[in-house]
Parts: sequence; structure tokens; C-alpha cells
Amino acid sequence: MFSLPPFSELKELVASRTAGDVLHALKSPHPDLSDLAALLSPAADGFLEQTAARSSEITMYRFGKTIQIYAPVYLSNFCTNQCLYCGFSAGNRIDRRKLSLEEAESEAMILHNRGFNHILLVSGDAPKAMGVDYFEALALRLRERFASVSIEVQPLETDEYARLFAAGITGVAVYQETYEQKTYKEIHLSGKKRDYEYRIDIPARAAEAGMREVGIGVLLGLSDWRADALALGFHLAWLRKRFWKTAFTVSFPRLRPAEGDFTSSMDVSERNLAQMLFAMRIFDQDVGLILSTREESRFRDGMIGLGPTRYSAGSCTAPGGYGNPDLTGEQFSIGDHRLMAEVCSDIKNRGFDPVCKDWDMTFQLH
Amino acid sequence: MRIVCNGEEREVDRDIRVAELIRTLELDPALVVVECDGDIVIRDEFESHTLKEGSVVELFRFVGGG
Amino acid sequence: MLSIAGRKFASRLFAGTGKFSSSAVMIKAIEASGAEMVTVALRRVDLNDPSDDIMSVLDREKYFFLPNTSGARDADEAVRLARLARAVGGGDWLKLEVTPDPRTLLPDPVETLKAAEVLVKEGFTVLPYINADPVLALRLQDAGAAAVMPLGSPIGTNQGLLTIHQLEIIIEQARVPVVVDAGLGAPSHAALAMEIGADAVLVNTAIAVAQDPVKMAAAFAKGVLAGREAFEAGLGSHRTEASASSPETGLDFLR
Repeated sequence: MFSLPPFSELKELVASRTAGDVLHALKSPHPDLSDLAALLSPAADGFLEQTAARSSEITMYRFGKTIQIYAPVYLSNFCTNQCLYCGFSAGNRIDRRKLSLEEAESEAMILHNRGFNHILLVSGDAPKAMGVDYFEALALRLRERFASVSIEVQPLETDEYARLFAAGITGVAVYQETYEQKTYKEIHLSGKKRDYEYRIDIPARAAEAGMREVGIGVLLGLSDWRADALALGFHLAWLRKRFWKTAFTVSFPRLRPAEGDFTSSMDVSERNLAQMLFAMRIFDQDVGLILSTREESRFRDGMIGLGPTRYSAGSCTAPGGYGNPDLTGEQFSIGDHRLMAEVCSDIKNRGFDPVCKDWDMTFQLH
Repeated sequence: MRIVCNGEEREVDRDIRVAELIRTLELDPALVVVECDGDIVIRDEFESHTLKEGSVVELFRFVGGG
Repeated sequence: MLSIAGRKFASRLFAGTGKFSSSAVMIKAIEASGAEMVTVALRRVDLNDPSDDIMSVLDREKYFFLPNTSGARDADEAVRLARLARAVGGGDWLKLEVTPDPRTLLPDPVETLKAAEVLVKEGFTVLPYINADPVLALRLQDAGAAAVMPLGSPIGTNQGLLTIHQLEIIIEQARVPVVVDAGLGAPSHAALAMEIGADAVLVNTAIAVAQDPVKMAAAFAKGVLAGREAFEAGLGSHRTEASASSPETGLDFLR
């Protein structure tokens, strides 16, 4: 069971880091959690150039001049949780829809025809509307057509993850949103997601089930971002020690405008987000860092080569939205509206290779 | 009767017990382990375990090592 | 304090008891090393000279015996030696070593893993001696090893940490304690192992064959302590410049 030091201590740790600590962290061959705290601290803001340079150097060394490309496929926006920040929140009056297996397959095939080989299946948390049987059936339909299919759906049991892995799902993303328990309770009003402790063990469960890749993350704008990013570092380090065969990714989605009009009191700037990405890269050289279409094209283009390794492109967050762009009921409104081809050509123009196909699940025997 | 003890043939009394063999060899029973015909004889059985004609006995103990 | 399989050790120096010129010198050297954990080997009793027994010269109240399986060339032999060691009263702890190549005495990874799987099931507390192979270390950890004992360089060579980069990876990844074993020829080697974060070191030859083994044992004790304290104090990096002088990355796009 993963347990975190009290959030107040994490805040304290970050706040007390000095410029000297930042320089130490930048030079450390094996940065630890206290170095991560330094890199996330206010003191590190003055060293953003050096931090970016170090992050870039490591990213080049570990990942080369490549950016992986993926897109989400939204399957259902039914949800039994009430979460203040989310467009799918149970109380919201939005156009609710779930795709049949045929519809989901055809959405995925639209992406396939646009050149996508890595997709992420997304749904709200409503097991009665969409459960593990559905995901399994869909995975079996898609596995021959895509190099990898990942899921970001409701938390499942270990044996269910194992079932999906056998059916061809290779990655699971499940974000804690915030590691501050008090805030967590305040924004997750009802539903299974309200159980903080339950959720925090899900990434370990997915790794235990044999998933090749597990993604963790925090939703920026809910709590103190510095402490939340540090908590994420604790979680990542803990997972790494236990599941050495699993690859991990980290995502720092910033809150986007969504149905429900939740407004954050915690503003997180692009500069802050950049600092977080650099810090996480320096802390963990091999972690995949995801930058989604929540961010604007200017920011995403600027960050190429500095730390992030995976971009979504041409995303639509409403179920069925690729086949029918007029549909509403999206989870949030995106910030980068470019088509996949445009994103790729902008990546190429910066001297990087947009990788649409990384590995191939055909190689997987078990 | 004859037994093989630590690779050497040795003449011993018929139906000799492990404990007696250890005494004959002037060893401390608390410090040795005995293997008889491939099976470990635990210390509690030294008094009761009898050897047979042709038994292959190995006696081990700790020595210095890294 | 160092803890292996729930047992605490005040000293992070483990001492080997082989290769000494006499028992008397060995006892004094072990005493001077401050070691609590000492390794011993299992051998056939020499019926022509039955007197020399390590258990009669080293106080078992004072020292924790870690029997090894030296001499084993494959998993089956190691398992046999382990069972014998337990029967002689060596307890359930075991330094598992499988060394089929008599020239280098390098450990066999495949047989070591096989033996570890069997011995863990039989209730042994297994500390396998391995080459500095990070994936093997993790596989052994998964198999239930209580610690891993990667080598710094081939046993008896006094060459120090030839495997330092691999050791660093093992130390970074392992959840179980890492005891650097073999090849540590000088207190500075032991100190370096501790500086990079090893939990303990095992030294034998360098102490046993020194001109003054007692003095060398004390020197190793100091080396281990210095290295550990430096690790805890947080060493600075010897990286050449942290890219601070590299060209501007250009963060003007940030809003």
C-alpha cells in the first residue's frame, strides 16, 4: 500500500528549498525526492533556463529526437461520480451518450485512417453503462489494427486488468487528480471516486496485473501544484521500486474550461507547468511525460525537445466526436485545435520525428 | 563391517550408531552435520540412527570462508 | 540501522573468515573489524586433523554466522549445502553462491536464481552472491531474496569497484539491501561502495592476507563508516558543469 507523508510536510519541504538546493539538484547524478522538491520550489523559478537545459539534455539522451503521437477515443460520458471540475460530472445536464462496440470501432478506425497507431480509450465511471466486458470486447476488435491500445476508464480490479491485458490493452492511465486529501474530499462530492485511499492504489493494481505501461497524474488547479507534483514523484518512486517491469508515464493536465463552470482558485501558469515537466524529467530520466491538447499549440511547439515525450493530437473529447464533429457532451474544451497532420508537420519542422508507431503488440505472447 | 566415511573405507563395529562413530572420531557432535547415504541425519537421531554394511557417511562442519 | 529480513546490524562491514594464517589472527582481526555478521563455509571434516573448527573458536553469542554455499557448482549442489548448513546449526540464513568456473569463481546467474527459488520456499533467508547485474538482482528480489550481494570485481582480485555503474543501478532499483561483496581490496574501495549507497560490504581476502590483518580490519571499519556517513551527508556531484553554460534553450514562448 502506497502512503504519502502528510501533504503539509510536502508543502513545507518544497517551500524550504533554497537556491543552493536547486543547484545541487541540477548537478546531482541521481536526484532524489529532496532534489525534486528543490526543482519544484519557488527558488527554482530563477533557474528555469538551466532546468530546461538539463531536462532537454536528459530527454535527448534517453528518448532522442522523437515525440510519440496518440489520440483519445471517448467511449462514454455517463458517470456516477460527482466531481466539480469535470464536464462528465453526474449532476451536469449534458448530452449523455455511450458508443456501441460498432460505433467505438468506427471512431477508432477514423483515427487509424488518419495515421494513428496508439490510442487511448476513455470513458466516465459508470460500470453499468460500460464495464469490463465491453472494454474486453472492444480491445479484441482493435488489437490487430493498432500498435497499442490503452485505457483511461473507471478503476478496475487486478484480475480485470489482467483480463484486459490478455485481450490486448497494454496501458492504463489513472490520475489521483490531487494528493491533498482535504481538497480531494471537497471536489469529489459523491460516487466511488470520493474514496481517496481506494484510488491511490489503482496504479499499483494495474502494474501488478502486468500492464506494460501505467500513467499517473495530477489535475493542476485543484491544490498546491508544487506539493502535488512532489507527491506524484513520491508515488512514481514507490511504483518503480515495486514494478520494475512496468514503464511509467506522468501527466500534468491543467484544468480546462468545462461544463459546470468550476473555477480554480489555484492558477497554474505555463511557466509553472514547464517547471514541473523539467523537474520530473530531471528526477526520473525514463518517465514518459505527456502533454495533451489541453495546452495551446504555441506552448506545445515550444516544449518540443525540452522534456515531454508524448503528445496527443487532433483530439475530440466527446463520445462519437470524430465521426460527427457537431456532437456535444465533451469532457472539456481543448486548447490545441490543429489536425494531427499539422501537429506532426510542426514537430518535423523543429527537427523531431513524430512517432505514430512505437512498438507493436503483435510481439506480445502473454 | 566396513563403511565409507568421508571418502575413506573404515572398519567399524556392526550396527554402529552415528553418535558412536562421532565419538570414535573424537568430534564434537554439536559441531558436525552427518549425511548418510545421501540423507541428512539430524542431531536428535544421532543416538538412534544405525549404520549398515557399506553405508556412505559424510561428516561436515563449518570452516573459515568468505 | 541496517536491517536485513527484520534483523538489525549495527556494523555495515561483514567479515569473511577464510584465508587467515591462523585462527588466532582471524579472531583478532574480526574483533577489530567490528563486524557482527561473519561468513563461514561448510567443508568435510578432515579426519586426520579434526581439531580445527571455526564454531569452537568464534563466539556465536557475539557473531552472527552466515554460512555460504561455496564449492557449489550448480543449483542442486547449492541446495544440498544449504540444507547441510542448516542441519549443523547454522540457522536459516545463507549466502548463496554458485560458482561453476573454478578459475574466476564468477557466480552462475541461472543456477543461482534456480537455487534461490527453491531455498526461499524452504524457509531460508537467502542472500545471493551475484555478478553486478541489475535485472538479475531484481529477479532475485522477486524470488524472495532478503538482500543481494553483487560483486565489485572478481573475488580475491582486490581490484575494487570495477562494476560501479552497474552497482549504482542495482542500488537505485533494489528494495532489498545491497551488500557489495568480492574484490574490495582497500578501505577506499569499501568507502566508495558505501558512498554510492550500498547498505553494507563484505570483505575477506584484503583483511586476511594483509601484512597486519588486525590493523587492516580496523582500517576497513573506518572506511565503511566514512563512506556511510558521506552517503548520509549527501555527496556533491562530480559532474562537469550542469549544463549551466549550454546555449539558451529559449523559453520565450511561455506565457
